[in-house]
Amino acid sequence: MSEINITKTIDARGSYCPGPLMELVKAIKRGQVGDVYELLSGDSGSAKDVPEWVNKMGHELVYCKEDEGFWRIAVRKTK
Amino acid sequence: MTRRIIILGGGVAGTMVANRLAKSMEDEIYSGALEVTLIGDTDRHIYQPGFLFMAFNEGFLEQFTREEKYLLHPKINFVADGAVNIDVEGKKIITPKQSFAYDFLVIATGSYPDMDSVPGLAAGGHTFYTPEGAERLRYEMLNFQGGTIMVTIDVPHKCPVAPLEFIFMADDYYRDIGIRDKVRLKYTYPIGRVHSLEPVAKWAVKEFEKRGIEYEVFFNLEAVDPEKKIAYNMDGSEHPYDLLVAVPPHRGARVVRDAGLGDEDGFIPTDRYTLKMEGRDDVYVIGDATNLPVSKAGSTAHYEADVVVKNLISELKGLPPSHRYNGKAFCFIETGMNEATYITFNYKQPPRPVPPSEMLHWFKLSYNEMYWLSARGIL
Repeated sequence: MSEINITKTIDARGSYCPGPLMELVKAIKRGQVGDVYELLSGDSGSAKDVPEWVNKMGHELVYCKEDEGFWRIAVRKTK
Repeated sequence: MTRRIIILGGGVAGTMVANRLAKSMEDEIYSGALEVTLIGDTDRHIYQPGFLFMAFNEGFLEQFTREEKYLLHPKINFVADGAVNIDVEGKKIITPKQSFAYDFLVIATGSYPDMDSVPGLAAGGHTFYTPEGAERLRYEMLNFQGGTIMVTIDVPHKCPVAPLEFIFMADDYYRDIGIRDKVRLKYTYPIGRVHSLEPVAKWAVKEFEKRGIEYEVFFNLEAVDPEKKIAYNMDGSEHPYDLLVAVPPHRGARVVRDAGLGDEDGFIPTDRYTLKMEGRDDVYVIGDATNLPVSKAGSTAHYEADVVVKNLISELKGLPPSHRYNGKAFCFIETGMNEATYITFNYKQPPRPVPPSEMLHWFKLSYNEMYWLSARGIL
């Protein structure tokens, strides 16, 4: 597997409102095509709703994995 | 030697910090050992939750506005010139007329809704997040005869429950005047449910279904065609509207961006517990100005002010700043023209809405007046 260059890590642990996915949406809207954003979320719901959002909007899910008590989810902006 | 505290920003966060600090350290201020200066960019103080009510012709700007100098403790130096630079290296704030040195700085410069952030939005959309916007929207709402009212929401934005309140109030409003059958209400939300808080989303969906309010999730506004009256989602889909009510992305204050202190949106990297600016032991950041993943709301600023004031007092007295912000927020939610609910939560505890009631609605209306006690540092 080639090395992934993370453009920015967004630590949204402890975020209920606006919430982790909202923090990711904000970053992606601001970012450039090809940027990879890594989201840290303490909400297990992120493991479901982030991939759903990525799929609907046509971006790319790089990985979605559980760390110690939280989730690491990386997304590449494709358009 | 006189210790100097500067609070930059005269909104809810800055005004509360200045007043609470001045009240708590009156002796030091009167003896000349401490000087508290608040630098704002206007002499008026506006209670922003009033904008929502203005959009429905429930009040005018004057009733939600006070003169800042009358809200402040008399020993606070109030400067309404606005800052043009924040020099954290030189420990001073520059206004168009003067330079103010500080020992401790509290940045409370807030955020503003950026209607220019989405192509076509400024020309094709309305917002109730500014006084001018609320007044323009009031005119449109009162003269609306029928068609589609569409709500779009971007991130980040202030008061994440206000868009829900807007759509529920619109439902009530058009029912009351008897044309609800001619009005199609369509609510959209950026993520996979209708609100970022799951319990709120579950409750809101039931209300939507009961009231005949349409909703669409995963909606991220990318462009607006003001001529054709079409809103475009990030996924490429087209959404026609007659009246577009947008909550645009918010940005941090210009002075923060100009000083190079903010992130790409102008929000200042801040420690989520100590509320100190990252890398700066003598600068606190509070309210909307922070980059924290918490609601940009008056209640957040209120609870943060408690922590900042206690820690400032500790530091001025030579003690370590031992208090920590736990992410606490409290939000009333107007669920119509005559009832309301509320939620409260922090970094660890998710919110659970209580059943809406008329009493909570009256509590919210009462708080619209009680707010002035909070700003004065009394409540």
